[in-house]
Formats: sequence, structure tokens, C-alpha cells
Amino acid sequence: MIFPAIFFYLFSGVCIAAAFMVIAARNPVHSVLFLILAFVNAAALFILLGAEFLAMILIIVYVGAVLVLFLFVVMMLDVDFAELRQGFLQYLPIGAFLGIILLVELVLVLVTWTIGPNVQQTIATPIPPIASMFNAEALGHVLYTRYIYFFQAAGLVLLVAMIGAIVLTLRHKPHVKRQNISDQIARTKASAIEIVKVRPGQGL
Amino acid sequence: MTIGLGHYLTVAAILFTIGIFGIFLNRKNVIIIMMSIELILLAVNINLVAFSAFLGDLVGQVYALLVLTVAAAEAAIGLAILVAYYRNRGSIAVEDINLMKG
Repeated sequence: MIFPAIFFYLFSGVCIAAAFMVIAARNPVHSVLFLILAFVNAAALFILLGAEFLAMILIIVYVGAVLVLFLFVVMMLDVDFAELRQGFLQYLPIGAFLGIILLVELVLVLVTWTIGPNVQQTIATPIPPIASMFNAEALGHVLYTRYIYFFQAAGLVLLVAMIGAIVLTLRHKPHVKRQNISDQIARTKASAIEIVKVRPGQGL
Repeated sequence: MTIGLGHYLTVAAILFTIGIFGIFLNRKNVIIIMMSIELILLAVNINLVAFSAFLGDLVGQVYALLVLTVAAAEAAIGLAILVAYYRNRGSIAVEDINLMKG
């Protein structure tokens, strides 16, 4: 029974340290890399909790796509980050003050909070035992039947996000030749060919 | 030495606080602010999954999946706005973003 505790403290400790380095690192590229470390450790915590599917999603989708997107953007924008860091210490007292207040409030909630007596009766979809069904399978059984509308809505959110990102960042440069299909189809023999009569001996 | 629900909630609370703290600390850098938002959403997800595991209810994990989706969409749109803004203004300093006089 000691190994889960050891791994919990290892993963959560690394996760919190990496999260702190995200906001404290001087270089934003280092911040993104520490964020990746924090997410990988959070995925390990998910595995400890028995949510393997979410852990894999966190690593594949989040670390593999979203954070790499962050990395691209940070490296692509040629910004003087030293200038952006000025006034860092100026905001430290107020930020630390608010952070400590928030942490104390959250800890107070944690200390005084208990699970209500009727919660066990109101569970909507109990987790099936691991012997009968794996986590991903159980999640699929629930997600595609009972929560199908939420699933579709999530897909719609992603579609809108994709279209929005493309619309925001796509730009047509004026001097680049591109294929204009309607122009090509609208071309006729009359507009494309000019017949010139060349008389012998005279030229044009 | 057994790990209970409180341990996970504590980790999530610390991560949430670090996220809030990061927003205040890096008020000039939009990219770090967005990373802090990602940390906050991760803390929320840890909370949801911890409750799901310890109460034995699968809905928490479904909800965490939806939160993950929205977080990914938010990151994509936010970064796209950032790139478009940088093209127009040549800077991403937060205090220069006052075009709408809000």
C-alpha cells in the first residue's frame, strides 16, 4: 500500500513545482516546457485515480497538440520578453496577497467539508468494476448513449474553434498566384483565343 | 499513509492558486496569462476526476472530457487572436491592447 502514496507524492510534487516554474521562468519557451511537465505529471495522477482514458487524452491532445501549438506561437512571435517582464516584482505583493487569501479559503473549505449522506443514492452512472470493463470502454458506453448531446456539442465547439482560428490567421498575400476555379470555368473560346489574319509579305 | 480525496483536492487547490498568482504576476505577458488559465483548468479537471474516482460516479470524467475540449478550443482561438494582433500591431504587451477603449 505504500507505493501509491509514494507515487502520489512524487507526481503531485513535480506537478506543483513545474506549475510554479511556469509562472516564474524567465524565458516563455521554458514556461511552455514546464507546462508540458506539469501536464504529464497530472496525467500520471489521473492514472493513479483510475481514469486512464483521460490521462491518455491529456497527453495526446494536450501535450501533443495544444502545448506544441503554444510552443510554436512563442517561438514564432519575435517579442522582447525581457521588456514584458518589467514590473514583475511590482505586482508580486498584491499577487502573493490574493494568492494566499485564495489558498487559505480553499484549505478552509477542504477542512470543514464532508460528503453528504445522500450522495451515494444520487450517483447517476456508477463506475463499473474494473474486472468487467476498462475505463475507456465504460466512458464510451456512457458518452455515446446518455451524454450524446453533450458529446455533439463538444464537437461543435471544436468545429467553431477550428473555423475561427483559420479565419483569424489566414491571410491572402496580393502577389501570390493562386488557382481561381470560377475564372477558369468561365473562360470561353471567344475570350481566350484571338484569331489574327496575317497577310503574306506584310507582317503584323 | 493512504491517499484520500483530500490529498487530490489539496493538489488541485495549490495548482489553482498558482494559476491565479501567475495571472497577477505576469500581467504584461499574454502568453503566460494563457498558460496560467490552462493551469487553472487543469486544477478543475483534477478536482472533477478525483471526485469521480472517490464517489464512484463516471459523470465527473465525462465532464472533465468536456472541460478539456473547451480548454483546447480556447487555447486555439486565443493563440489565433494573439497571432493576428501581433501582425497588426507588432507587439503583444497587455497594456497596449486598448483599441476598444474598454
